[in-house]
Amino acid sequence: MASDPAPVDVLLVGFGWTGAIMGEVLTAAGLNVLALERGGWRDTPNDFAVTFDQDELRYYWRHRLFQNVAHETLTFRNRGDQVALPMRRLGSFLPGAGVGGGGIHWNGQVWRFLPSDFVARSHNVGRYGAAAVPETMTIQDYGITYAELETYYDRFEYLCGVSGKAGNLGGKVQAGGNPFEGPRSRDYPNPPLAMTYGPTLFAEAAARVGFHPFPHPAANMSRAYTNPLGLQLGPCTYCGFCEKFGCGNYSKASPQTTILPILLSRPNFALRTGCEVVKVELSADRKHATGVTYVDETGATIFQAANIVVLSAYILENVRLMLLSGIGTPYDPRTGAGVIGRNYAYQITSSVNVFYDDKLINPFIGAGSLGMIVDDFNGDNFDHSGKGFIGGGYLGVVNTGARPIESHPTPDKTPKWGSAWKKAVAGNYLKTVSIATHGAVMSHRGNYLDLDPTYTDALGRPMLRMTFDFTDNEHRMSDFLTERASDAAKAMGGREIKANKRSGSYDIVPYQTTHNTGGAIMGTDPKTSAINRYLQSWDVPNVFVPGANAFPQNAGYNPMGTVGALTYWCAEAIANHYVKSPGPLVQA
Amino acid sequence: MARDGMSRRVALRLGAVLSAAALALPRSAFADTIRRRLPWGPAAADRPERIDARPGYLFFTDAEAAFVEAAVARLIPKDELGPGALETGVPRFIDRQLAGPYGQGDHFYLQAPMPKGVATQGWQMGSPSEVYRLLIPQVNRWAADAYGQAFAALGPDKQDEALKVLEKGDASLKGGVDGKAFFELLLQNTIEGFFADPIYGGNRDMAGWRLIGFPGARYDYRDFVGRHGEAYPLPPVSLSGRREWTGKQS
Ligand SMILES: Cc1cc2nc3c(=O)[nH]c(=O)nc-3n(C[C@H](O)[C@H](O)[C@H](O)COP(=O)(O)OP(=O)(O)OC[C@H]3O[C@@H](n4cnc5c(N)ncnc54)[C@H](O)[C@@H]3O)c2cc1C
Repeated sequence: MASDPAPVDVLLVGFGWTGAIMGEVLTAAGLNVLALERGGWRDTPNDFAVTFDQDELRYYWRHRLFQNVAHETLTFRNRGDQVALPMRRLGSFLPGAGVGGGGIHWNGQVWRFLPSDFVARSHNVGRYGAAAVPETMTIQDYGITYAELETYYDRFEYLCGVSGKAGNLGGKVQAGGNPFEGPRSRDYPNPPLAMTYGPTLFAEAAARVGFHPFPHPAANMSRAYTNPLGLQLGPCTYCGFCEKFGCGNYSKASPQTTILPILLSRPNFALRTGCEVVKVELSADRKHATGVTYVDETGATIFQAANIVVLSAYILENVRLMLLSGIGTPYDPRTGAGVIGRNYAYQITSSVNVFYDDKLINPFIGAGSLGMIVDDFNGDNFDHSGKGFIGGGYLGVVNTGARPIESHPTPDKTPKWGSAWKKAVAGNYLKTVSIATHGAVMSHRGNYLDLDPTYTDALGRPMLRMTFDFTDNEHRMSDFLTERASDAAKAMGGREIKANKRSGSYDIVPYQTTHNTGGAIMGTDPKTSAINRYLQSWDVPNVFVPGANAFPQNAGYNPMGTVGALTYWCAEAIANHYVKSPGPLVQA
Repeated sequence: MARDGMSRRVALRLGAVLSAAALALPRSAFADTIRRRLPWGPAAADRPERIDARPGYLFFTDAEAAFVEAAVARLIPKDELGPGALETGVPRFIDRQLAGPYGQGDHFYLQAPMPKGVATQGWQMGSPSEVYRLLIPQVNRWAADAYGQAFAALGPDKQDEALKVLEKGDASLKGGVDGKAFFELLLQNTIEGFFADPIYGGNRDMAGWRLIGFPGARYDYRDFVGRHGEAYPLPPVSLSGRREWTGKQS
């Protein structure tokens, strides 16, 4: 088995969203880049063409595009005193495997975090006092500000052709946009998508109860678009097979539609598929990565030398590779010392259904990010005094497309099967609107990632072990959001509403979001962060780790806007600073 | 597939004593270096597989088929609203699923040890085909003890009662197997068969979709997005088209 004898400037471990962005910026800067991807090649005409893409069973329920847990999974428990067991079937989150990663089957909901989200600890302590952040809540500031990231957010939004309406241009609030967002340098590249009935009814009611609805920023094209790399995307057809599906129309931003044709044409880029990286190899003093070891499809183990190693394998695998390779000190929840695996967080969701007798909603018409949103209760957009929690989330109606195996809402007290169920499904499918809430999860001392002592993957390596539960902060916050969603629901004039609040422990079975965060967080102090503000490992400075692993805690928004911005920021730091003088970009 | 070979494996897995036998891993990827090209090739589309359309069952034994036909007929019954799971081919859908890669657990992690765990940790059993094979006789044995007959022989009311007990996790099945998890799998597979594209053998005549008003595998609603509250005028369509287009049953 021939290994590539030539060392490369940059090795990308994993080739999804962050890998593609890194590859594009670093090849443009003249570096020689090789990406190793464990899955296969994927592209629109062969893998999710319009002739067979609209197949709910195959793509969602049989996991056509997702990570295969038979090969690689993790173990899970709610608390440290339980025995973690393997996630034997995908459920709560759906990581990708193959070129494009999760960027193929994501929704395209592109958000910026609030300026205050980047300084979550100092902001909350400053406004509400030290007692607002309990001792076991390990939230931190990012070490980077919204203002520093603004231009990188803008770059990702223009890459993706986001359809939306600015709410704040250079400090001036804009009617029809999100009045709470941080200032933008310019509007979105495309106008909002056309709006379906459900989100429209929600927005009217939300405005009546005093909220500030606006169109969800969407990486689904409201019109034909040519991005700054010269790649063309087509108008969205609202087919409703978007979230959990590839797009057959070139209408959803993905690495495939926004970057790959350009990147793959560059002579200083190569991609090797079917190659699973198993370890980052370090020099004897453990301060320098010499390259990576990977296993190819034939089972051969190969060393690939590189000057710079970028972990772009999704947060869960990024953290696991750091643990398996001995990069940084593993976190110990008993002492609170160590950083790798620290501050794992997630998202907390709930919903409220509104059932109508007289309104045909046609919920099958949809797009991954088509909807109307209220941001009044996100982050610190409202006064938390006396509420007993910090953080928040957005709520709104997002018409992703009501594919019927997944989506057949029924009113309260309907049995789950039998004639009564059938009647309720038949009577409500076309006439139900669902308001979703999408809440932040703070980091807590007992929520973390480490290596499992018992279970291994198909290659015999220890699995990642996830120890995670929602705490009082999340439950109080989510209940509050659910109540606000109910306020809007009651004003929508339906026959009845049903609030599906979030109670009990985090459950890994039902799909929630693929918004896993933390575990290798960015920060200003190597004692409490794994990577510095340029996403560079404190311990091994030629390793960079872009991904949601960098978030010290999760915000109330989908991650990819911020992940994209941080990845551009990291890539520029490599191209403009690191390459000229290799070494730590921040002195510890 | 040899039936007794199968059940031996079932017993081993569920007894949590399976040695860490290496899984044969089907991987769709090709180890390939891609440089200065987009690796498109003709006729390489990843189309869905055709199911075996011959009549009869590939996976179920007669006794299993009797159980599944009886159970799905109660889960989604035929009534004044139209055909139910039995009439729309759901048993055959489940049979073909269990005979194929899903049934083998191609996307399940199946290595031991397999202790029970708590509900939030999810599925801690073998592959779907193993679970059907092991649990159906257990449920029949329990039904015979509790109601005097195997499940399929009971009247509809007694069947509903038995399913409710199973759903709650209150059926005392031999060997400590998880009846509630099996019920959830059966219900999930039944709903899948009722609403999945007809190419998989269920949802015959798109009856599941017509029941609720889902237009199926359409791909362009641009002209209808703004027509709030209007009834969508076109009938559902399958990935294989509509019967009147081809003259064939979908
Ligand atoms: C159904 C769904 C909907 C989503 N919707 C949204 C949304 O609307 N908005 C949003 O912000 N986010 C959304 N997300 C999340 C978003 O997809 C991810 O945040 C994003 O893809 C992360 O980019 P990444 O580069 O970190 O990981 P990925 O894009 O997943 O790429 C990681 C790649 O690394 C490969 N890899 C992993 N391990 C190895 C290894 N050891 N060796 C070689 N290769 C490896 C993987 O196969 C994969 O291709 C969604 C996710 C899902 C699943």
